[in-house]
Amino acid sequence: MYKAFLVKYAEIGLKGKNRHVFENALRDQIRFNLERVGDYYDVSKEQGRIFIECRDGFDYEETVEALKKVFGIWAIMPVVVIDSIEWEDIKKEVVQYVDQFYPDKNFTFKVEAKRSNKQYPITSPEICVKIGSELLHAFPEMKVDVHNPDARIWVEVRTKAYVYSQVIPGPGGMPVGTGGKAMLLLSGGIDSPVAGYMISKRGVKIDATYFHAPPYTSERAKQKVVDLARIVSAYTGPINLNIIDFTDIQLYIYEKCPHEELTIIMRRYMMRIAEEIAKNSNCLGLITGESIGQVASQTMHSLNATNAVCTLPVYRPLIGFDKQEIVEIAEKIKTYETSIQPYEDCCTIFVAKHPTTKPVLSVIEKNELNLAEKIDEMVRYAIDNREVIKIES
Amino acid sequence: MEAYLDNAATTRASESVRAIVTEALGTNYGNPSSMHRKGMEAEKYIKDAKDIIAKTLKVEPKEIVFTSGGTESNNMALVGTALANRRAGNHIITTRFEHASVYNPLLMLEEFGFRISFIDVDDNGQVDLDQLLSQICDETILVSVMYVNNEVGAILDIAGISRAIKAKKPNVIFHVDAIQAFGKLKIFPKREGIDLMSVSGHKFHGPKGSGFLYIKDKTKVKPIIYGGGQQKDMRSGTENVPAIAGLGVAVREIYEDHEVKVKKMYELKEHLIKGLQEIEGVTVNAIFADQTNLSLEEAIHKTAPHVVSASFAGIRSEVLLHALEDKGVYVSSGSACSSNHPAISGTLTAIHVKPELLDSTIRFSFCVNTTIEEIDYALAALKELLPVLRKYSRK
Repeated sequence: MYKAFLVKYAEIGLKGKNRHVFENALRDQIRFNLERVGDYYDVSKEQGRIFIECRDGFDYEETVEALKKVFGIWAIMPVVVIDSIEWEDIKKEVVQYVDQFYPDKNFTFKVEAKRSNKQYPITSPEICVKIGSELLHAFPEMKVDVHNPDARIWVEVRTKAYVYSQVIPGPGGMPVGTGGKAMLLLSGGIDSPVAGYMISKRGVKIDATYFHAPPYTSERAKQKVVDLARIVSAYTGPINLNIIDFTDIQLYIYEKCPHEELTIIMRRYMMRIAEEIAKNSNCLGLITGESIGQVASQTMHSLNATNAVCTLPVYRPLIGFDKQEIVEIAEKIKTYETSIQPYEDCCTIFVAKHPTTKPVLSVIEKNELNLAEKIDEMVRYAIDNREVIKIES
Repeated sequence: MEAYLDNAATTRASESVRAIVTEALGTNYGNPSSMHRKGMEAEKYIKDAKDIIAKTLKVEPKEIVFTSGGTESNNMALVGTALANRRAGNHIITTRFEHASVYNPLLMLEEFGFRISFIDVDDNGQVDLDQLLSQICDETILVSVMYVNNEVGAILDIAGISRAIKAKKPNVIFHVDAIQAFGKLKIFPKREGIDLMSVSGHKFHGPKGSGFLYIKDKTKVKPIIYGGGQQKDMRSGTENVPAIAGLGVAVREIYEDHEVKVKKMYELKEHLIKGLQEIEGVTVNAIFADQTNLSLEEAIHKTAPHVVSASFAGIRSEVLLHALEDKGVYVSSGSACSSNHPAISGTLTAIHVKPELLDSTIRFSFCVNTTIEEIDYALAALKELLPVLRKYSRK
């Protein structure tokens, strides 16, 4: 029965003179996501909202799912299109609409009308009154409440008439691409895909870097990261996934540095490498899934030690989250099932039984001098020989 | 070079198996239940396969039920027997190192009120027969023992176990999981006192999704799949004709020149074990090392010809597996069926592998097409990798 969708946006409505930039980005992102569903849609921008008309053959559920993944959408309203604007037809269709979508008639409502077609002989207030009484007549259990109704039933008259009332929440946030680009350090775990999702939700495009350590991490671990990037890219748009072969660097650190500092020093090199790739691909920041105190390398002291190597800002959207809160988002965005596949990632393979939880930056920096002979060359080699996979969902 | 040494996980289908599968999919694609000629053509594949299997095992064709493979055969044997004989008793006996496709149906039966006893095995994977006999009681309806262990290649004395249990309680039903044994050993269920026997096709160059359960005539087993009544009601569902046809061919082929093939695999096994024993910090499991009166050759002939289990001190099996993979050597850690579990292999614990070696154990497994060059290549790769991997251990 639904043939169209009205998309309402939230925050971008607050922007000033550059508002059209946000609106266009949202429209383009909607087009991009819907194109992947099929060639059924006409997407147009109008007065503070976006209107999507659907052609025959489109699938309602699929369309809603695709729209729920477009950041910037506040609400999705499925619309019934009435081809004839004869008043009798409109009345009949609205009654039928209410009958179909509200099987339980025991609710309060208000009719809202909009007449873009100013030639239409009946004014908006008249439409409200007439449709309201028509509905009360058809369904005596329904009650009018103009202040706080259970349902607002919208009737719009243009060259065709439109009826809508259902509100499907969108993901919120801002359209991707309006906020620049950032580099996500993506592991195979639960946190980093969620971190990428959260930053992208603020309109930021994402690239990603993954550290692969064969034979300590398997091909399946790498495939898992590719799969995670693909799930996240349904929200963020295409992701360039950089895969760094990290084994030699890791083993070199293992040989030259104190074992309990291995993880911290390793992470400092991950940050350095990710930052260099980030700068070369126009990223304005790094994103990690760190959360204070979750593991030894994420204490305040450790974060201080890893953060010290970066000049770009490091965005840590999960910093104050508990694990369970992160899991809930992971489940919502459907990365959780993939994240919990049991393949080891490179952070845990040589982890000390008692890693340092309070590293002192000056000590770490001094111990890193043990790597001076070869490390720069190794980092260069790892970056130059990285594999880049373009991920699109 | 490549060396595929994971033939206990699965084997490559032989050329003639692939040919008949294609023919049954593309040319003679009928439903064997159809009344017309197309149906008859398809039915012929089933009859032929059944005849080959019956002849090989020296049993009646009607005693063979085709299944989707080893797991289904084990499920049918255990669940089907338990259901059909529940008035006679609720007690089932098995060993401590069975495959998950035996354990998990038994655990399910436990939830429904059956009592399961687990019998210990020794370092060489031999069951404690006295313990087994002591567990048999009035309620015992079924004993299930594997023929060849999938992780270490131990051969169990199936005929001896059968004789002993039947002497104590003649009407106990004896099920044998022969999934790793069939094709490697000559098996005659009637001579060995086997009532039910599970076989899987893809372990000996047949198609995946093929297998059968031997059910000795008059053994009470209830079907576990219900529907159109195919296979005399024992296993409903349109027969997987291509898989069954391929299975028949694989059975015929594997037992052609069988002694030669087995002899060759034992030579490979001896060669690999000798090579492994030259490397420091390697222990080969379940090869009767405690029986010093046996020569290595004598000892390994008491085990299956195609499986070698070795533990590498100080190295995690998963890391070694991937390092070998990088060199084109494919092996398995534990068995492919259980190695995705974080839980440590049940078999290795059961045969008393030292706790520090449980997570350091690799299985090498051959088929008749494995060459001595592949073994040498794998040994060379190990000699190169082990010192490097040992250098970077978790502290």
